[in-house]
Amino acid sequence: MENVPWRWEEDGYTVTRSTAWSGPGCHEGCGVLLYTKDGKLMKVEGDHEHPFNQGRLCPRCLALPDTIYHPDRLKYPIKRVGERGEGKWERISWDEAYDTIEKRYKEISEKYGPWSIVGLRGTGRDLMWQQGRLLYAIGTPNEVGTLSGNSCWAPRAASYHATTGAFMVADCSQYFADRYDNPNWKVPECIVIWGTNPVISNPDWFLGSWIVECMKRGSKLIVIDSRLTWLAARADIWLQVRPGTNGALALGLLDVIIREELYDKEFVEKWTFGFDKLSERVAEHPVKKMAEITWIPEEKLAAAARMYAKSKPSAIQVGVSVDMEKTGVYTVHCIAALASITGNMEVPGGNVIALPPYGVKQPGVGGWGYHDLPEGTRKHTIGHNIYPFLATGLPTASPDVLLEQMHTEDPYPIRGAWIQGTNTLPCMATDPKQWYEGFKKMDFVAAVDLYITPTIMAFADIVLPAATYPEKNSVRACLYNLSSTNKAIDNVGECKSDLQINLELGKRFNRKFWPWDAEEDVLDELLKPAGMTFKELQQRGPTYPGIEYKRYEKGMLRPDGQSGFNTPTGKVELFSTFLHHLGHSPLPYFEEPTRGPVTTPELYKEYPLILITGVRTIFFHSEHRQIRHLREIHPEPVVEIHPDTAKELGVNDGDWVWIENHKDRIRQKAKLTPIVHPKMISADYGWWFPEKPGPEPSLFGFWDVNSSRLIDMGLVGETGFGADIKCTLCKIYKVKEGEM
Amino acid sequence: MTRYGLLINYEFCTGCHSCEVACKQEHNIPVGKWGIKLSEIGPWQISKNKWQLSYIPVPTDLCTLCKSRTKKGKLPACVHNCNAAVMKYGPVEELAKEMAGNSRMVLFAPK
Repeated sequence: MENVPWRWEEDGYTVTRSTAWSGPGCHEGCGVLLYTKDGKLMKVEGDHEHPFNQGRLCPRCLALPDTIYHPDRLKYPIKRVGERGEGKWERISWDEAYDTIEKRYKEISEKYGPWSIVGLRGTGRDLMWQQGRLLYAIGTPNEVGTLSGNSCWAPRAASYHATTGAFMVADCSQYFADRYDNPNWKVPECIVIWGTNPVISNPDWFLGSWIVECMKRGSKLIVIDSRLTWLAARADIWLQVRPGTNGALALGLLDVIIREELYDKEFVEKWTFGFDKLSERVAEHPVKKMAEITWIPEEKLAAAARMYAKSKPSAIQVGVSVDMEKTGVYTVHCIAALASITGNMEVPGGNVIALPPYGVKQPGVGGWGYHDLPEGTRKHTIGHNIYPFLATGLPTASPDVLLEQMHTEDPYPIRGAWIQGTNTLPCMATDPKQWYEGFKKMDFVAAVDLYITPTIMAFADIVLPAATYPEKNSVRACLYNLSSTNKAIDNVGECKSDLQINLELGKRFNRKFWPWDAEEDVLDELLKPAGMTFKELQQRGPTYPGIEYKRYEKGMLRPDGQSGFNTPTGKVELFSTFLHHLGHSPLPYFEEPTRGPVTTPELYKEYPLILITGVRTIFFHSEHRQIRHLREIHPEPVVEIHPDTAKELGVNDGDWVWIENHKDRIRQKAKLTPIVHPKMISADYGWWFPEKPGPEPSLFGFWDVNSSRLIDMGLVGETGFGADIKCTLCKIYKVKEGEM
Repeated sequence: MTRYGLLINYEFCTGCHSCEVACKQEHNIPVGKWGIKLSEIGPWQISKNKWQLSYIPVPTDLCTLCKSRTKKGKLPACVHNCNAAVMKYGPVEELAKEMAGNSRMVLFAPK
């Protein structure tokens, strides 16, 4: 839908066509129409001209005016005037804020080395492609999230790189501007939805509505999820996998497909490497045994394997659940193998390799300019000496090693932090008590956000107000298209876009990384590979490069232009030479979760329920708790408990219950539902209460309900990617009167 | 006068709440009141491999079918933004005809 106008007058409103991309969340890039009057946002609607979302819009963007104009919104730079955590702030000028930040980071750099400053990121924001570059200008390579094992997206990305050469996605026509009508596209006969609930979470550049549209056109579903999601309830086969055993499930599927010879022999012969070795490994994991491990009936698991392999085409869409197991990288390895050996790779309606649109890269995790850092700086990237896969895969640090280093100060202390677009303490931080202690040791912390969060309250010395997306210009390169975010309103107070902040601050440290004068210059630089400027993109509107299938036959997947996949052998590496070279297992395997019914039977007696967390609801992670029309839909943190289990424990719907394990205890409100297995519970995450007192010890009441307190850091797989997060043990019991 | 209504295909309503919030924003409806409200039916098990779990948005007495929008040729806010594109606005007679050939549909004719 190129060359549609991007601004017009309508019925007393100015309407600006734009692309939604943080803040506030999420990872996507939906087309929106921003209705404004006198420089103020009045309402938001979905843009029916944008092929990405075709007019559909989530509650969070619909409620955007409330997010922008909420009385708690940060409007000016502020500095801390009391003790950390007291909540005493004073308004300052941008100049004073920048001067202080520059002075304090330079002091830390001189004393301990610039790598003693770490930059904390959140997830999928319109700042992560630049945030690393600010850090590199400061002189530190340490850009990091606080989620153990970088267990969100990164394990998938790393594993796909080691097997297929690049990230892959289910093909739901999203590469085409004319979407489902495109003559080259085919409706998937079968879609496997694995460890993701996209109709609620819309994760990783993928909208749940695309699955729904495929269903309307006849796609059948296999849903692999430990919860009965809406998609699971509509699936032909729902595999209720025991949390933490996705790897065994994947091996079981492969066993059936290989043993029953349901694979595409020609593709295997021509385009895969190591099929025999994979087959030997898989034979050690017979479906019968895998079914027992996963708590799924064998015939059901086998039926799913047959349905997936026999449907043409079949697509698999994978989510975060597979990342949150310590052998998750190898689960993804199996998934890449499944898509390849069944001949579903790079075919219409199968799985396709995801490359940046027109070569425009907005990396989700740091990276822009990382390799311009001197070797002497890069070698300080935390954890890269321990995890070579991390060092070769993603220019981000290991959170598990960082946390240890914060406490041991070995090989160097961590003394400064830059927290941008992440409310890490109640949300991304696994085991937040340890992170809390670590960050309390900082000499200086600066933060950028829309609101004062528990993280800011606890740690920050200087806070900068960030712009929301209608307050800025930007670019979204959302895998399948390029489109512009167009500034539509007057900024609230003195807020600035993350890009403007990073540019203005970056220039003070190292102009080599930030040679540009204005934000638009940076956007033009970003767009260079596409051969257009920001203004040209703005005029063109959402721009789609389209996709050719079977690009491996046409020399379109490798930088050298040769045919094949972008791997050392040019084939899909079922035996990964890359992992082998790094000293890791080149073939998939599965390990039981660190704590569970099999691994720790004694502990399981004491804590007889498996705990999962992280299920998305009406909010985006820890955001939106102060937005009235969203909060009223989900007013309190709830834990899902099977009615049979609740009955045994004397818990009623709506009771507050303690959730306790070997680490800690928290409380949430019981919701009795057969969505979960009787032997597991699913606890809300990311909660804080903007209406409660901010100053310590309250920190907006987040500690009491924070399910990450029950999860260990450091239960990481051999590659450093993936950790046991969605699979720990716990027990529950009713909160007694007087305990709240 | 032609009566207008909302046809909802609840085979594919995913329960995302967009209709509720779009309506509240459009008509400035306060917390605790709704112009359209989602109902959840289920989940419960019907048979070994079959589950009941449906969502149906139900317009309330605050629903005007977005007269102010439709008279300008726009869709009601809930229909415009529906994530699963399962809501249709039109004359009830036409919508009823569409219903005849389909299952899991419900037609509302708000006051």
